[in-house]
Amino acid sequence: MKDLTEKVLKGDPRSIARLITLAENNDPVATDAMKDIHSHTGSAHVIGITGVMGSGKSTLISELTQLYRKQGKTVGIIAIDPTSPFSGGALLGDRVRMQQLAMDDGVFIRSMGTRGMLGGLTSAVYDVVEILDACGKDVVIVETVGVGQAEVDIIKIADTTLVVVVPGLGDSIQTLKAGVMEIADIYVVNKADRQGVEQTVAEVESLVDITCSGKERKIPVLSTVAKQSKGIDKLLKEINAHKTYIEKTKQIEKQRRMRYEAELVEIIRKRLMNFIFDESTFKEKIEDLLDKISSKKLDPYTASEEILSKILK
Amino acid sequence: MADRKIRVLVAKPGLDGHDRGAKIVARALRDAGMEVIYTGLHQTADMIVEAAIQEDVDVVGLSLLSGAHMTLFVDVAKLLKEKGMSDVLVVGGGIIPEEDVPKLKKEGISAVFGPGTHCDEIVKYISENVKR
Repeated sequence: MKDLTEKVLKGDPRSIARLITLAENNDPVATDAMKDIHSHTGSAHVIGITGVMGSGKSTLISELTQLYRKQGKTVGIIAIDPTSPFSGGALLGDRVRMQQLAMDDGVFIRSMGTRGMLGGLTSAVYDVVEILDACGKDVVIVETVGVGQAEVDIIKIADTTLVVVVPGLGDSIQTLKAGVMEIADIYVVNKADRQGVEQTVAEVESLVDITCSGKERKIPVLSTVAKQSKGIDKLLKEINAHKTYIEKTKQIEKQRRMRYEAELVEIIRKRLMNFIFDESTFKEKIEDLLDKISSKKLDPYTASEEILSKILK
Repeated sequence: MADRKIRVLVAKPGLDGHDRGAKIVARALRDAGMEVIYTGLHQTADMIVEAAIQEDVDVVGLSLLSGAHMTLFVDVAKLLKEKGMSDVLVVGGGIIPEEDVPKLKKEGISAVFGPGTHCDEIVKYISENVKR
């Protein structure tokens, strides 16, 4: 397995792709590799891009990546789309908007399904960010699923979070609500060639005025038309300015610590769930408890205590 | 605890813009619990194989209605082999004349699904023939 890790660290695309698959599948081989990889991470700038479905996240990523490439930087992209809660399948379509990047070996794109996670990400995303970081990508971009109002997990993983909005999705009350509108390091008003863009920009700017009053850094609000490559160079400048800012203020250290906390909790959650629900001894026990709960001989709380008492010694 | 899903790349090589069939198949595979990576229209063999590597797919599904399947399907199968991805199952669909099917199979396209094929048949074939 040292072999796979070594190839990943050297940047071999097939090995990177294989390790990502193993991590997604919770394969024990991946666990060993991830242990070796962690010490090689930390140099990539992790950018999160979130926003409603159809707001142009994939197209923006394609445009940003082309600019990064012109500056000689390599880019890893993680594009997440929803997994069906019914079939467990997924249609991952973000590559369609990233055709321009298809033949560039300085770019690695991986599409992922959420596989049951809420919050806009997928459980293995922490691993995949570490893998793309360790294999030498200068920038790692994470695209969340098209979000509603409350999927904010992206801030746990990104150094810089972009929230993409488009004109015509509601009045100023929407921008005041809690959730997604609170997490931006940079706001992007995409599809700025559409009607109503002035109003949208004004509403987001007034939100920024309220939230950033008295603070050292004011959150920038940028207009883009990703499809026509408009406003992208300015956006890249703001992304880099944010990176400089969090490095200067050491905020990046706090954020990274928060990411590791989220990752640690996720690993423990996953392993604990596997331990409880997949070990054959527990499986029988659970069936037995479910019988008792169904026939009202036992309540769910007491049943949970019976299981937890076996772990919490 | 390993829990794997079959990953399928659905691609349209060449110049025709008829992607309705490809989208219907993509949806059927999704509903069968597979992860389908849809790459869109006008793909070259190089683009398809590059995406197949990065996405680490088990299956590549090609759809073509322009008549260039003898070149483009075969190019994809060859290139996959060259890149060491011979364990990837390659299947095709679209307007493919009957007499071309044996030739395609010889070149590494495991199955060809023409018009009128039931989606269930494609799902079944893929589930039973995935190589890894």
